[in-house]
Amino acid sequence: MIIDERIDYYPTHVSQGFKLRRGRPIPFGATMVPNGVNFSIYSSASTSCTLVLFERGASEPMVEIPFPEEFRIGNVYCIIVFDLDYERIEYGYRMDGPFDPKTGHRFDKTKILSDPYAKALGGRNTWMKPPNWDDIYPYRSRLVFEDFDWENDCPLEIPIEDLVIYEMHVRSFTRHPSSGVKNPGTFSAVREKIPYLKELGVNCIELMPIYEFDEWENSRRHPETGELLVNYWGYSTVNFFSPKAGYAATGKFGMQVDEFKTLVKELHGNGIEIFLDVVFNHTAEGDHRGHTISFRGIDNKTYYMLTPEGYYFNFSGTGNTLNCNNPIVRNMVLDCLRYWASEYHIDGFRFDLASILGRDPFGYPLSNPPLLESLAHDPILAKCKLIAEAWDAGGLYQVGSFPAYGRWAEWNGKYRDAVRKFLKGDLGMIGKISQRIQGSPDLYCYRGPTASINFITCHDGFTLYDLFSYNYKHNEANGENNNDGSNDNNSWNFGWEGETGDPEINSLRHRQIKNALTILMMSQGVPMILMGDEMGRTQHGNNNAYCHDNEINWMDWNLLGKNTDLFHYTKKIIHFRLVHPVLRICYHFQNCDYVGSGYPDISFHGTKAWHADWSGTSLVFAFLLCGKHAKQGTINDDYIYVAMNMYWDALNFELPRLPEGMRWHVFANTSMPPPEDINEIGKEPVLENQYNFLVGPRSVIVIVGR
Amino acid sequence: MGLQVMSEVTQGIAKVTLIGEVDSASAVIFKDEVDKVALQSPKEIVFFMKDLNFMSSAGLRVIVFAKQKLGSEVPIYIVNPQEGIIDTLQKTGLHHSVFIVDSYPVTG
Repeated sequence: MIIDERIDYYPTHVSQGFKLRRGRPIPFGATMVPNGVNFSIYSSASTSCTLVLFERGASEPMVEIPFPEEFRIGNVYCIIVFDLDYERIEYGYRMDGPFDPKTGHRFDKTKILSDPYAKALGGRNTWMKPPNWDDIYPYRSRLVFEDFDWENDCPLEIPIEDLVIYEMHVRSFTRHPSSGVKNPGTFSAVREKIPYLKELGVNCIELMPIYEFDEWENSRRHPETGELLVNYWGYSTVNFFSPKAGYAATGKFGMQVDEFKTLVKELHGNGIEIFLDVVFNHTAEGDHRGHTISFRGIDNKTYYMLTPEGYYFNFSGTGNTLNCNNPIVRNMVLDCLRYWASEYHIDGFRFDLASILGRDPFGYPLSNPPLLESLAHDPILAKCKLIAEAWDAGGLYQVGSFPAYGRWAEWNGKYRDAVRKFLKGDLGMIGKISQRIQGSPDLYCYRGPTASINFITCHDGFTLYDLFSYNYKHNEANGENNNDGSNDNNSWNFGWEGETGDPEINSLRHRQIKNALTILMMSQGVPMILMGDEMGRTQHGNNNAYCHDNEINWMDWNLLGKNTDLFHYTKKIIHFRLVHPVLRICYHFQNCDYVGSGYPDISFHGTKAWHADWSGTSLVFAFLLCGKHAKQGTINDDYIYVAMNMYWDALNFELPRLPEGMRWHVFANTSMPPPEDINEIGKEPVLENQYNFLVGPRSVIVIVGR
Repeated sequence: MGLQVMSEVTQGIAKVTLIGEVDSASAVIFKDEVDKVALQSPKEIVFFMKDLNFMSSAGLRVIVFAKQKLGSEVPIYIVNPQEGIIDTLQKTGLHHSVFIVDSYPVTG
């Protein structure tokens, strides 16, 4: 006899007309099973749990089903509900238990709680659409189908040393009217701009948070201007498994999952990886005065780091701290990243304030943090890039010492600081610069240069244009009396604060932008540029634009026409990096000749060849990369010489001699007016004087020997 | 408004005509029809959508299902869909997996 109906998916109970069966505890979340949905949720300290089901968008639940006692296995409630319309239901939970903050418990059965493992949320489906503030369940868990037509797509697995990362905010990238896209500010619009990204030459985009967050969180009016300030950047997660519906043109139809997957698939089809900026250090529930959305009402003591008095530790600077090294939370983080890697084909993750992930439940840094180790050795994440922002708001600064387990790379804040200071003309920087351009072997001796994500600008702080246009931050529009944002910017305005019509100042600013991009692309490690730096994007001196859904953040595509020279230069300098393997080593230089070329793999120079000026008053630095050492001597590349002159006068640099038969060709010279500032790759003109080069004031040159 | 679905398979070409709206409730009718024509292993499948006014994600899923069930070597044509449906297909990227045409047989 053949049984064509599975008995293990046959109802055994009935409640209020709904057919039920004891569920399966694993996986957590809501999972489609034959004829029904398996709901599973963990809570260690609750006394009971009720599943709350809504028709999509309905103000009142269609049913509330208490979990029968026999449907609780350990600390997991699990139930199968049959005959549900997968597309039309929304679900949540009520948890009953003690409300006793001193012991860490904050149960409140009047609240309907989002599932931490929900794969999509309803409630904020259209960006900035005013929500129903009286909704008894504002963030509604939904089911998603996992039948996306990926065809043959899979993560690209581009070697990390070959990446050029472009940090992007989804909405800011195309929201400006000048973007010319069909659905501004959406995943769909990013997809429309893929040809632009390809032309620029980046091969990886790193998206600022796209997990579901609430742009209305802590929204307020500016006390003077009355402007609405919102949670624009989204570093405040409501749910870790759900893409932000408000970033999808199809969010109002509940198709954000398909739209985002389509973006990933097309990026991959065009040779571009995608990283997510993930915020596992805190949630949107805030401190003890915050809203109860999910974790707090499900198992407060498990999910959050609590003080002995039951308040929230605040190592994130945002009110609470996720208790990442609790095994339950650790598993949630792992499950989440595995889900994004396998279901969304994500290529890598950048962890916001990652040092928090290495703290124990009492906040002390762990020597061997289990979460970081688990992530590093996870089989599903084995090919994903893992990048740490290796500090937190509690004072832990681990650049160079983040527990790496042979896997983790770091946002190299020391690279940013050193290059900024050098460009500004600070003294005593030559030693540091020499380390930074080599991939920071002083910091990553055993980890290699690819542990260093090199950047000069990122979403936090000035844009590259503003770095050379403002001495001081101008955050008045944030409504915090200009007290927010960093004061330690290492910026320089060249004599005028902000926009000016002075052609000399503007010329210097453009030159400094090119200098910065050149140093970045000539450095070993993994370069990251901030969205819009290639076209001179400004935030008008705002260095902490987290709350603005307006032109402070939106990328003005008209700048492409205004600053054509910057875009042209950036494209070429990126391309140059990508065609020269000698710029993309994966093991540190040995500072010697190990292939018999007669030249060390890297050598340092000053105005005199072979004599770098390491003195504390020096503002010049040059280096030569021997092309015969490219990829440990397995590839024959050009020789590349880079000279940086941060003096206010031009200086004559004696050039190192090339091997017999080779000649120097000029690729870039930032002191020249465009288009002579950069040449076509492979068609660089031969340098007339092969022995000396007059490097202009505050300028960088790149010449190639072949 | 409900959904009417009609289908036929002739000379290896499955033709499915959709009239009305595909939502989560009616998508199952659409899927049953796809299942039915798939049994005859067509070499092409054609969805006539001129009179289809709305398609929810459940409808999209049926098209994905058709593609996965029949295999990528079986082309899927969507004939004369309304603007809103084209828009949905494009935003979700499904337009890459099908041929959107004004008429069938395809001319020109």
